[in-house]
Amino acid sequence: MHKRRTLTVMAGAVSVALVAAGCGGGGSSSSSSGGGASGRGPITFVSGKDNANVLAPQAARWNAAHPTEKVTIKEQSDKADQQHDDLVQHMQAKDPSYDVFSVDVVWTAEFAAKGWLTPLKGAMALPTNGFLAPTIKAATYNNTLYAAPSSSDGAMLYYRTDLVKTPPKTIDEMWSMCSIAKKAGIDCFAGQFAKYEGLTCNATEWMNAYGAKMVDAQGKPTADSPEAAKGLQALADHYKSGDIPKQAITYQEEESRAAFESGKLLFLRNWPYVYNLASTDASSKVKGKFAVAPLPGVSGPGTSTLGGHMVAISAYSKNKATALDFLKFVTSPDEQKTNMEKGSLAPVLESIYTDPALVAKYPYLPVLKTSIENAVSRPVTPFYPGITTAIQENAFAAIQGQKTAQQAVKDMQAAMAAAAGG
Amino acid sequence: MSAVADRTSQPVENKPAKKSKGLNAGQGRRGLLLVTPTIIFLAVIIIYPLLKAIQLSFQKDAGLDPATGLFVEGGSAGVSNYTHWLLQRCGNVSCPPGTIGAQFYDALRVTLFFTVVSVVIEVLLGIWFAMIMNRDFKGRGLVRAAILVPWAIPTAVTAKLFYFMFAYDGIINHLIGIFGISPQLWTSDPWAAKFAIIIADVWKTTPFMALLILAGLQLIPGDVYEAAQIDGASKWQTFTKITLPLVKTPLMVAVLFRTLDVLRIYDLPAILTGGAGGTTSLSMLVIKQKNEGFHGASALSTIVFLLIAFAAFLFIQFGGADVIKRPPKSEKAAPTAPVNPVAANATTPGA
Repeated sequence: MHKRRTLTVMAGAVSVALVAAGCGGGGSSSSSSGGGASGRGPITFVSGKDNANVLAPQAARWNAAHPTEKVTIKEQSDKADQQHDDLVQHMQAKDPSYDVFSVDVVWTAEFAAKGWLTPLKGAMALPTNGFLAPTIKAATYNNTLYAAPSSSDGAMLYYRTDLVKTPPKTIDEMWSMCSIAKKAGIDCFAGQFAKYEGLTCNATEWMNAYGAKMVDAQGKPTADSPEAAKGLQALADHYKSGDIPKQAITYQEEESRAAFESGKLLFLRNWPYVYNLASTDASSKVKGKFAVAPLPGVSGPGTSTLGGHMVAISAYSKNKATALDFLKFVTSPDEQKTNMEKGSLAPVLESIYTDPALVAKYPYLPVLKTSIENAVSRPVTPFYPGITTAIQENAFAAIQGQKTAQQAVKDMQAAMAAAAGG
Repeated sequence: MSAVADRTSQPVENKPAKKSKGLNAGQGRRGLLLVTPTIIFLAVIIIYPLLKAIQLSFQKDAGLDPATGLFVEGGSAGVSNYTHWLLQRCGNVSCPPGTIGAQFYDALRVTLFFTVVSVVIEVLLGIWFAMIMNRDFKGRGLVRAAILVPWAIPTAVTAKLFYFMFAYDGIINHLIGIFGISPQLWTSDPWAAKFAIIIADVWKTTPFMALLILAGLQLIPGDVYEAAQIDGASKWQTFTKITLPLVKTPLMVAVLFRTLDVLRIYDLPAILTGGAGGTTSLSMLVIKQKNEGFHGASALSTIVFLLIAFAAFLFIQFGGADVIKRPPKSEKAAPTAPVNPVAANATTPGA
């Protein structure tokens, strides 16, 4: 039954695409290398290492329904930096064999500005109803949609149900609960504060929580604000006071997960992937003793940083019509559901989060939906590498107490401006 | 290419050495012939990328066209990519803290710090290990193998090993805890992180140093020591007056290699600390810059290349680290030949 539904969805997608291709005639594509919007044939899907083993079965399902337009999976390394470099090299070489590829949310603007992504408009338009709004926003650059969100991610607050009955709704409430941790002889709160991309996510969350905005609507840096300083100051103060343990400055996702799973943390900010592992890992000491809540804010739920991936069509692909069908296939409800169940990938479609059967099986889904709905994406800018360096360097110095929060946000804004200015 | 083929087809014996400068002249010509393929090979794989990197370093990175939101080519940059690093200019302002440009002098300082401290420690330990291995004792082969093991492990693996050992809950903090020292943030704290890298580097590369020094020690004939013993030299005198002078050339070669290695250190700090605690080395900066703008990275890698080439030049000119023994008469034939192949490796990250 499952299979048949997939087939009908795909058949629908194909017929829609056929009509679209018939009307559009491949006119509006901005591609400079031929291969218009009506091209059909086998395609290659390039994606990071498939640790959860969801890609091959997905490709098999597509291939069964599209014998003449088969997809080949090309796996990259499991390191984001290397994936980025691999894509850059192939796009610089205008390689037509990379038809469709997976793009981290923060790369979208850069790739789009370099002219490597096919804009999803005109004959190549992708209907966006049903998607969670922040995911579409993150895939949009210059008011044009450039990719289909394929998986999302939002941070949540993991807490110990055996020690805390109701999760904190506000940041102050959370800090006040640190006395519970002290009594239990464990640390209170940790996120990911090592100097890497995770710190950018964490630091912007704290600054956003107090009402700061990293960039304005035009993409101009606006980090130097009293609100941003307040957010960083809160982190620095509680790091100094020990509410955030000293070693949290070395934590990436896995280290912080290990600390929580070994029962040494009361509150943990982390991504949804931790939920399954902490409930099933043999070494986890918090099995059945934890739950998730939305990140606390100043008053009410806080703002998570949006994570996740998109699927984009290369500007150099020869078979763009097939590629667009594949995008629709990947974002179809059935595929999204399978990816979540088999690979713990957060869906991008609203309907999945409210499916009662799924919520019963995955109780964290409503919290995750709240998280993603309130999520703020990191600055959508082609100069993202420089922006994230500016945030990381200065936030790290502020948390360690090497400079004041005021100075840090001032430097942050100046560094962001310098990075965007070339 | 055809010229090369022509010359090789003629038997060398048929060409009488008319100018009759003796054996050396003929050898020089044949030597040139033999070395030509290598020179062509080096030109293709080293000199071309090097020149290309230098050329690229004078171009501007692509900028954003505000109208379309798309990147457009930047054109010529003059020397702005160099002033960016050396004079800390980011556009029209001086580079704000948190930009990659602002990290240049910190990276230069910390790279030189790593170089000096770890090479000094490695020299001392290397001599010590080499002297131990040079003695005759039972199980000497085993000791030599054991000392060499760290060097056989890839740097990335070493770095990851030390990353786990230096973790906050790792074994090193447990060990120092026995002595009542509070746990250190080995991968983030400004001082601890620098020493974590030096410790890992010393652990990994001292065997290399020891091996080169050992090779030198074994060339010293035993009768020299016998004579010293007869003359009543103390152990210290023997060491400073005989061992050190005689082992100087291989020692300087080892120091040269290690110095050039540390000047371009990348994988160890990248994996161990990720640059936290002010441990971003110059090569790490090149890679970081490459993600932000390619041409700025070319300029930086050229600067790193010049720095390393200069260090190599100093060593060979004044330190006696003569990698290739020159025939006595052709002193001027290849004055800096040993510099390029070694130093040019350093440009690979950016080139």
